[in-house]
This record gives sequence, C-alpha cells and structure tokens, in this order.
Amino acid sequence: MRITVDTDRCVGAGQCVLTAPAVFDQDHDGVVEVHDPAVGADEQDAVALAATLCPSGAITVQRD
Amino acid sequence: MTSAEPRVVDFPLRRPGEAFPPPRYQDYRDQPGLMLSYLPNGNKVWLVTRHEDVRAVLTNRKISSNPDHPGFPNISQTMGVPRQEQIPGWFVGLDSPEHDRFRKALIPEFTVRRVRELRPAVEQTVDRCIDAMLAAGNEADLVADFALPVPSLVISSLLGVPPVDRDFFESRTRTLVAIQASTDQQRDTASRELLRYINRLVAIKQKWPGDDLISRLLATGAIEPQEMSGVLMLLLIAGHETTANNIALGVVTLLNNPEWIGDDRVVEETLRFHSVADLVSLRVAVEDVEISGQLVRAGEGIVPLVAAANHDEQAFACPHRFDPARTERHHVAFGYGVHQCLGQNLVRIEMEIAYRRLFERIPGLRLAVPAEELPLKYDGVLCGLHALPVRW
Ligand code: HEM
Repeated sequence: MRITVDTDRCVGAGQCVLTAPAVFDQDHDGVVEVHDPAVGADEQDAVALAATLCPSGAITVQRD
Repeated sequence: MTSAEPRVVDFPLRRPGEAFPPPRYQDYRDQPGLMLSYLPNGNKVWLVTRHEDVRAVLTNRKISSNPDHPGFPNISQTMGVPRQEQIPGWFVGLDSPEHDRFRKALIPEFTVRRVRELRPAVEQTVDRCIDAMLAAGNEADLVADFALPVPSLVISSLLGVPPVDRDFFESRTRTLVAIQASTDQQRDTASRELLRYINRLVAIKQKWPGDDLISRLLATGAIEPQEMSGVLMLLLIAGHETTANNIALGVVTLLNNPEWIGDDRVVEETLRFHSVADLVSLRVAVEDVEISGQLVRAGEGIVPLVAAANHDEQAFACPHRFDPARTERHHVAFGYGVHQCLGQNLVRIEMEIAYRRLFERIPGLRLAVPAEELPLKYDGVLCGLHALPVRW
C-alpha cells in the first residue's frame, strides 16, 4: 500500500490520527505526518478509511 | 441535468411539535435533484439532503462560505440572530486561501494529542458542575446547570481567561447563545461586552505573554492583533451552544437507551444521531455549478442539511436507529471540507467525560417532565433543548 499526503491541503481535523493511529500523526504544526509508511496487512482498511474521512482530501492511498 | 421542475418546499424546516430531524427529510432525500426553498427574506436556496451530495457541495471550489457574496443564505439573520460575520478574523466565513492562514495558525491548539492533554482540566470542570448540582438539591435544569457551563468553562480556560473573570465570561456568553431567554438588546450588549473584554485580554497578552492560546497565536505572527477578537469570538461561539445542545440531547437519548450508558462509542453516535448543526454549513455558488443533476446558478444559496445527510440510508444502515456499535464513521455532523469543525477532538473529549461522569455520579438521573414536554429549539440555527429538567 502506498500513502501520499498533501501537507498543504491538510486542515488538521485529526480524522486520520483517530482512525489509523499507528500510521498517521500530526506534527508540531498539527499537520498530517506518516508515522510508518510500511502499512501492515491488518491496518490497510483503517488507512483506506482514513483517506475517505479526511475532509480536505489530503490523503491518497494506492493498494498494491 | 434533471428535466423535471424542482420541488419547492417551505422554510423553516423545523416546526413545533415535530421530532428532529424532521420526518420530511426522508421525502426530500427520495426526490431526484435538489429541493428549492425561499428564506423569509425572499432569498432562493437549494436544499441538499443526501450524504454524497452534501460532501460534494462542501468540497466544491465553485461554492463559497463567504457571507459577503450576494445571495448568501443568511439564515441566522433572517431568524433574528445577530450577525457576527463582519468581524475581521471570523474565518469560518472565508474561503481558501484566505481561510487557510487562520486555520493553519490554530490547528496546533486542537490536535488530537493536544486536546488529550486537556482531559484532566475537562474532568475537573465537569466534576465541579456536578458537585454544584448535587449540593443544590435533587433536581436541576441540565441545560443551564451542566450542558452550557461545561463547554463555556472549557473554552474560557483554553483561551486563558483568568479564573476571576470566568463568571463574567460565562454569564455573557450564555446571554449571547440563549436565543429564547434573552432579548436582542441583551445579546447585543453581551456581545459588545465580550468583544471589549477579549480586546483587553489580547492587549494584556501582547504585553505579558503567557502559556496560553492567545499568547501562542500572537507569537506565530500569522494573525494580526485586530483579527484576534474575531478569531476568539468564533472559538467562543462555535464551541458553546453546539456542544451544549449535543450533550443535552445525548443525555435524553441515553436515558431512553440506558443499555448504552458507560460505553464511550455513544459520543460519535450522538453526534450523528442528533446532528445539532443542521443549518450551520451555509454556502453560495460563485459560479454556475451542477449538483446532483441540478444546475445551480452563481449567486444562489445552498443549504446542506447535515441532519438529513446523517440519516441517509444510502450512507448508514438503519440510520434512524441509535446504534453506537455501528461501524460507519463518515457522518458530517462536523461538516466536511476545509471548514470541518476545528474543535471536534475537544468536543469528543468533553462529551465523553460529560456523559461518563454524569451517569457515574448521578446514577438515579431521570427526566422531571414527560419526554414529549421537553422544549425543543425550533427558532435557532441549531437543534437542541431550551431546558432539560431532571431529578435524581
Ligand atoms: C458538538 C459540538 C460541535 C459541533 C456539532 C460543531 C459543528 C461544526 C460544523 C458543522 C462546522 C462547519 C461549519 C461550516 O462548514 O461552515 C464547524 C466549524 C467550526 N467549529 Fe465546530 N462544532 C462543535 C464544537 C466546536 C468547539 C468546541 C469548537 C472550539 C472550541 C469549535 C470550533 C469551530 C471552528 C473554529 C469552526 C470553523 C472552522 C473553519 O472554518 O475552518 N466547534 N463546527
């Protein structure tokens, strides 16, 4: 799974951190940051959900 | 493009004696395209009711949040609520990129991690309100004594309002949001007093910065001092009655569904189920745009109804059932797009603690009037209760 985040678009709602905390974080400025780009098989659904919940479309995921 | 004439429906959408969300929303969702309505001032507005369409509207760049655009549906104004939007710094009424400068400066204050640090302070606030209710006897108005003071005290401590000023601050914000209990003139006075107080507070923090939101915002340099009062008034107003209404309605729902008391998943489900901010995300088309097959002309108002979207059976299984165990998380109770609620993670913590502590500490809590007699708000932009008489 490949995750791309657009930090310019991010509005810091925090949906991704609530949905997939092992993968996403918010940096010092509150902006999305990918903790761990190696997404485990058990986390792929949560990451895909985080991408659809993101209100500003800042997260794109591509499944392998 | 739909060829059929759009259906015209009457405004206001919420009417005395009806449940909320109005049963009529179901019918609106079932119609193709959009519903057409006219505000009391004659403005033409398109009502958006399906989940997919609401999300599409709230992310469309041809659609604006700016109330200065002609045709913007000034619903609060037509309902007699004074307009705050002209204050500089009122960034919920700005579009990208102007909006983003404010949002970016504020998000460090509202990250998931940051608001978790506020947990002990929120617990203390909630407990103090419960202490006061218990000390006063065995009955209370849960709106006035709990649901309103909790968010108000949380916001004032977040803003760094000194404890000695909290009573002043709380009473003025309460006058400001109590649509039924206060007159236009009282609200106007309260608003002016608050604005004056906030300006003074900003001046003090400019001189003697502390470890608080206002000082940190000033230090970013991203927000001009004269914009600070608009930003702070927005935080104050956006987070007060919304949270209070959700807590009050949530408590009633938990009393009706006691099997869910103590389960933190109720937080997300009361947000979806009650969707108190139904008439909050107001928009206007700034270019011609097609929504759900309907051509909306530049200058026409758009009203995405989040309560309708959150009860859309295309998006939620058995949407009319209160089911905290549901797995769908994509409700739009906080809106969608770049304006999605900045305070949402704070609200989640406030609600979680409020529900949990209330039922832990007052296990015998029950309504003091029949549920049908609870005074629902029909007259404001938000749905909620004017009062919630309880006993234990
Ligand atoms: C249950 C409680 C709440 C609900 C249902 C709620 C709902 C909403 C909604 C629907 C919006 C989007 C408005 C739009 O699209 O035009 C919004 C925006 C906003 N909310 Fe909340 N809100 C709540 C509590 C809070 C709290 C506690 C705060 C702050 C302390 C807050 C601060 C804001 C701000 C600043 C915005 C504007 C964000 C922007 O324009 O970028 N809200 N809220």
